[in-house]
Amino acid sequence: MYVSVKGGERAIDNAHRWLAEARRGDPAVAELSLEQIAGQLAGSVDRVMAEGSLYDPELAALAIKQARGDLIEAVFLLRAYRSTLPRFGAAEPLDTAQMAIRRRVSATFKDLPGGQILGPTFDYTHRLLDFQLAAGGAVPPPAERAAEPVAPAMPRVADLLGADGLIEPEAADDGRPVGDLTREPFRFPVDRDVRLQALARGDEGFLLALGYSSQRGYGRNHPFVGELRIGEVAVEFVPEELGFAVEIGTLTVTECQMVNQFKGSAERPAQFTRGYGLVFGHGERKAMSMALVDRALRAGELDEAVQAPAQDEEFVLYHCDNVQATGFVEHLKLPHYVDFQSELEMVRALRAAAGRPAEEPEDA
Amino acid sequence: MHEAGYNFAYLDEQTKRAIRRGLLKAVAIPGHQVPFASREMPLPYGWGTGGIQLTAALLGREDVLKVIDQGADDTTNAVSIRRFFARTAGVATTTRVVEATLIQTRHRIPEAPLAEGQIVVFQVPIPEPLRWMEASERETRRMHALKEYGLMHVSLYEDVARHGRIAKTYDYPVMVAGRYLMSPSPIPKFDNPKLDRSPALQLFGAGRERRLYAVPPYTEVNSLDFDDHPFTVERWSQPCALCGATDSYLDEIITDDAGTRMLVCSDTDHCGARRAERPAEECTP
Repeated sequence: MYVSVKGGERAIDNAHRWLAEARRGDPAVAELSLEQIAGQLAGSVDRVMAEGSLYDPELAALAIKQARGDLIEAVFLLRAYRSTLPRFGAAEPLDTAQMAIRRRVSATFKDLPGGQILGPTFDYTHRLLDFQLAAGGAVPPPAERAAEPVAPAMPRVADLLGADGLIEPEAADDGRPVGDLTREPFRFPVDRDVRLQALARGDEGFLLALGYSSQRGYGRNHPFVGELRIGEVAVEFVPEELGFAVEIGTLTVTECQMVNQFKGSAERPAQFTRGYGLVFGHGERKAMSMALVDRALRAGELDEAVQAPAQDEEFVLYHCDNVQATGFVEHLKLPHYVDFQSELEMVRALRAAAGRPAEEPEDA
Repeated sequence: MHEAGYNFAYLDEQTKRAIRRGLLKAVAIPGHQVPFASREMPLPYGWGTGGIQLTAALLGREDVLKVIDQGADDTTNAVSIRRFFARTAGVATTTRVVEATLIQTRHRIPEAPLAEGQIVVFQVPIPEPLRWMEASERETRRMHALKEYGLMHVSLYEDVARHGRIAKTYDYPVMVAGRYLMSPSPIPKFDNPKLDRSPALQLFGAGRERRLYAVPPYTEVNSLDFDDHPFTVERWSQPCALCGATDSYLDEIITDDAGTRMLVCSDTDHCGARRAERPAEECTP
C-alpha cells in the first residue's frame, strides 16, 4: 500500500497541541509567571534579549516560557517579533562613562579612580549545589550596603591609558549613520559598527569558543580585561521635530574593554589596542568573548597575519547568528527525498559502472 | 480575509517595495545575485524564508497560490507555508498548476508546462554556485564580475576524471543568458531543462544568505556540460506505479521491511490529474 511521509493540516495542528501540553507540564504544578521568569531567571532573560536584539524583559520572559526554556527558540521568537516593529532611528551613542555602576572590575590595575566594585557575581562562589535552595522558602538576607555610595566619577580604564597615548585612540565619530545589518545585507569588508552589531547579536556559545580559540593560539592577541562594567545607562534620542536629545529610557548593559598587546608595525609605534564588547543585560561571558573576537577581527586592519578562524571576518559574521544557524541545521529535517533520489540513482549508476551491483552486499 | 494585526501578506509595504526593487534589478540582470535586506520571518531560516519573502512581496488579493515541497502539495512544510499565506494574506490557494498565478516551490519544478503570466518562486538554501569551491563571498563576487568560472568547469571535469561522468545530480549549475553562472536551487537535474526558455517568470529567494535572483521568461538557461559528456537527465526503467507516467520524476518509496520499493510521481498534482483522467479500473489503488 502506498504510505508516505506526508503530514496534513490535522497532523500539524495536533503536533502543536501536543507541544502546548508538553510545555505546560503537570497541570497540578503551578504555572510559571512572567514575573518569576524575569525576576528569577534573569540570566536567561538577559541572554534572550541580547541575542534577540530587543530590550524588553517581559517579552523575553514570555518567549522563554513559550519556548519551554529553549533559549535559542526564545531568541527566534523575539527576533521574529522584532522584525514587525517600526524603526524610528538611531539613539545617541550610550555614554557608558556615566553608567550607574553595579559592578566594575579591572584586571590591569590594582586600584583606579572609582575603585573596584565587585557587585553581584558568581566569581569566587564555590560551585557547590545548594540543597537549601532546593527546599525553597528562604529569603536570603540582603547584602550589606556600603557606608558611602560609589564614586560619582567612574572613568573608563581605556580612557586613563589613552591620556598617555599608551593605547590607540578611540576612533572619532565620523558622523556617518550607523549601519544596521537587519536592514542591509553584509558587504565585505564590513565596517566595525556592523561587525559589533553582529557580534552583540551573536550566539554566546559560538563567540565564547572563538574567543577561547584565540587564547589558545588560533589568532593570539594577548588580551587583558582593561575593564568590565555592568550597570544602567540612559538612552537618549533626538526626535527630528524637537532637535535636541530626550531620555527615552534606561538599559542594563555589560561593557568589556579588552586591552591587547600590539608590537607595532612599520606605520604605527608599539601601543595597546582595543577589543570591545557590549551586550544587553548582565552578560559578562558574552561581553568578554565579543571583545576578544572583535580584536581578533581587527587583524587585517593592524597588519597582522589572518590565519585563524576568529580572525576571518566572513567566517565569524556569517556563522555567529544562532537563529540562522539553527534554522539551516534543523532544515535537514525537512523532506529531501527528491535530492536523495537523484543521489541514489547516481550511486547505483556509479556502482554498476564499477562492476558492483547495488544489491550485492559488501565483503566484510 | 487575512488575520488582523498584521499587514497583508505579513511584511510591511516598505519592505515589500524594497524586495520588488531588488526583483526588478534581478530581472534586468538575469542570473545575477542581488543582495537584499532579508527580514527575520516567523518561520525558520532554511525553511523557505527567502521564497516566503518574495511571495509576500508579489502577492496581490487576486492571486491564486500553490505551494509545493519535493513536488508535493501536502508535505508538511508546503502545508505550513500555504497556511501562513492563507492566514496573513487570505489569498486563494490551489494545488493545480493551471489555476495558480504564483507557485512557491522547494526542490522541484512542476511537471505540467507553465504559462505566460505565471510566477514560480524557488526557495534557495545556498545561492552561490561557486560556494563549494570558494568559501569567501568577496572572492565569488569577483569571479562573477569577471565571468571567471573556470573553477566550476574544473570541478565538473574532476567528476569525469574520477567517475567517468558528471556526478552532480541536483543543484546542477547553469549558465543564464550566456553570462551568469547560477544555482537553480536544489532541484534535481531532471528539472533543469524546464528552466530554459520557460514562459513563466522564475524568481529565486535565499533568505538566510540574503540574495535574490531571477530568470525572466524565455531566457536561455544552459546546464553546464562538455562536448564529449553532454548533459543528461535521470530516467527510470519503470513508470509511475500510480498513474503510469513515464516522463515524470519518480520518488522511490519503501513499502515493507524487506525493502520492496515502488516508484511514484514526486509531483502529486501531475499524478492526481493523470489518474483522474483515466478510467477507475485502470488505476492502481
